[in-house]
Amino acid sequence: MALDQIVDGLSEVSCDVLVIGGGTAGPMAALKAKLKNPKANVVLLEKANVKRSGAISMGMDGLNNAVIPGYATPEQYTKEITIANDGIVDQKAVYKYAQNCYKIIEELDSFGIRFLKNENGDYAVKKVHHIGTYVLPMPNGETVKKALYRQLRRARILISNRYMATRLVKSGDGRIAGAISVNTRTAEMLVIKAKAVILCMGAAGRLGLPTSGYMFGTYENAANSGDGYAMAYHAGAALANLECFQINPLIKDYNGPACAYVAGPFGAYTANNEGSRFIECDYWSGQMMLEFYNELLSGKGPVFLQLKHLHPDTISEIESTLHKVERPTRGLFQQGRGVDYRSESIEMHISEIGFCSGHSASGVFVDDNARTTVPGLYAAGDMASVPHNYMLGAFTNGSVAGIDAMEFADSHDFAEFDAADVAMERDRVMAPTKREDGIPPNQIEYKTRRLVNDYLQPPKVTRKYELGMRRLAEAREDMQERMIARNAHELLRALEVQSIMDCADMAAHASLYREESRWGLYHWRTDFPEKDNENWFCHTLLSKQDGKMTSEKRAVEPYVVPIADDEKDLYDKQRIRASA
Amino acid sequence: MPLASYQTSVPVVVDDAKCIADKGCTVCVDVCPLDVLRISDMTNKAYMAYDECWYCMPCEADCPTGAVTVNIPYLLR
Repeated sequence: MALDQIVDGLSEVSCDVLVIGGGTAGPMAALKAKLKNPKANVVLLEKANVKRSGAISMGMDGLNNAVIPGYATPEQYTKEITIANDGIVDQKAVYKYAQNCYKIIEELDSFGIRFLKNENGDYAVKKVHHIGTYVLPMPNGETVKKALYRQLRRARILISNRYMATRLVKSGDGRIAGAISVNTRTAEMLVIKAKAVILCMGAAGRLGLPTSGYMFGTYENAANSGDGYAMAYHAGAALANLECFQINPLIKDYNGPACAYVAGPFGAYTANNEGSRFIECDYWSGQMMLEFYNELLSGKGPVFLQLKHLHPDTISEIESTLHKVERPTRGLFQQGRGVDYRSESIEMHISEIGFCSGHSASGVFVDDNARTTVPGLYAAGDMASVPHNYMLGAFTNGSVAGIDAMEFADSHDFAEFDAADVAMERDRVMAPTKREDGIPPNQIEYKTRRLVNDYLQPPKVTRKYELGMRRLAEAREDMQERMIARNAHELLRALEVQSIMDCADMAAHASLYREESRWGLYHWRTDFPEKDNENWFCHTLLSKQDGKMTSEKRAVEPYVVPIADDEKDLYDKQRIRASA
Repeated sequence: MPLASYQTSVPVVVDDAKCIADKGCTVCVDVCPLDVLRISDMTNKAYMAYDECWYCMPCEADCPTGAVTVNIPYLLR
């Protein structure tokens, strides 16, 4: 039978620990869970193929947040991340990451993933951040996925590719019981009973529309459509600080990183059309992005990544990294436009909005054991709330989640769920395939994301948000009543649009709740232009309560690493002052 | 409401002379993160069935015969 033809089927399997998402955090979580209890069954479910899925599909050019003895301390890193996030950080999870990540680097090294070393054999760490030194290049970074895959095979992890998870199921007393999924090529449904579930489903990267107008030309891997955020929401888990959007500086039109973390340590810098620097530090923070945004609109834009002043050998070295790893088509793109880094600067722009804790702080709320607010449900990587955790954070926190989830599974039996929940979900999933006539998913997706750009991207204006939410509600009605999918592939896209719509609603709701401005461009509310520490020095938690989207405040946990008053605003002073 | 098809020039190109999908190879179809490649019923060769590309490269990098070329999608080229 031909691929994509719809099969109406439903089956059920069970496992001890179910990991959803086989990108970065997921493989590590699955591996650690299995090593914790080799007799247990661990299933790794993936919407694409674990061999090449997720943000690091083609590898990664370096670690952005390596806390390596001799270069940085866990205390220093925790302090840096706290300041870069305007203080809204539960430090325990960040500190735990900082303590554990070196061990993970050594483990990745043992998998065959190499990190740059100097002539003495020490890690050659570079400085990009404001205070500390944490950036470690990866000369063979293109091998990451292959190396991980080898480990998964060796540990006998059960891998199920091309299954998209759609909803979680719970028992009457609120414990996790498993997940419902659908095959992306046959539309057959699969219920997976599990004692513990770990969500590693990446960022909500298909939320805003790229300025190129090409729907899949997103900064994040376009497969990361925010399914994990939507699933956690519908399962009743809390989501933290969603108003702290992800917005990143990128190569204009190409929409991938340039990347200042690769080129910066060699002497490249961000400049305006006069060739002048205007930001102190290229580390991605909300305040840095606000300065970037202001410069673009000031008449001193475009903004460029400047490297033509560097020695040709240095440029070749940067080029070989940029054009080989992470987003290798960067080279093809520049070649097509006749841009040679030796004579021309790289035109930069800002990305569409998204949710991602890998780069900002918008994620499913987790504690320092990667536990969400639903018993037995864990989250790690870009979709979990540990801020600025990047690839190494996904590995490290994925490891934490895998170990803790297996301990949970070892001490609990399967929770029972209501068969009616599965029947209801089956109806929801298959609905677009039952209609004879209607609107295809790509049109509903385009409209939703265009509305996100028009109404939700910063600066955030209350009146615009109110209008945007009305327009989104109309699009939602079309999606629920009229969307059609003519084959399994279109059904995959139709399900993704539903995640995107949920994320758009959550972005709007969370942004209106926090009545202040914070995190620079990420949450710049023109009606509340000032930071208000008296009322808003807190997390916001969004969750579904009695079927309704609800937001509440949550106090910031007492700091583990104290921050002195004169250190608190280090990341506020991003703009270079004009010299006399 | 009737549907119309929409023309688009696709970024991933397969050289039929080099492609061995007719001998059973499905590597590019297997690895694509966006699942946009298929084997044609008519030619038994791989082709891009859906223009939903992240121009990420696994299809080109993993193809055993070098038959696949990823181009930058026209809208952002």
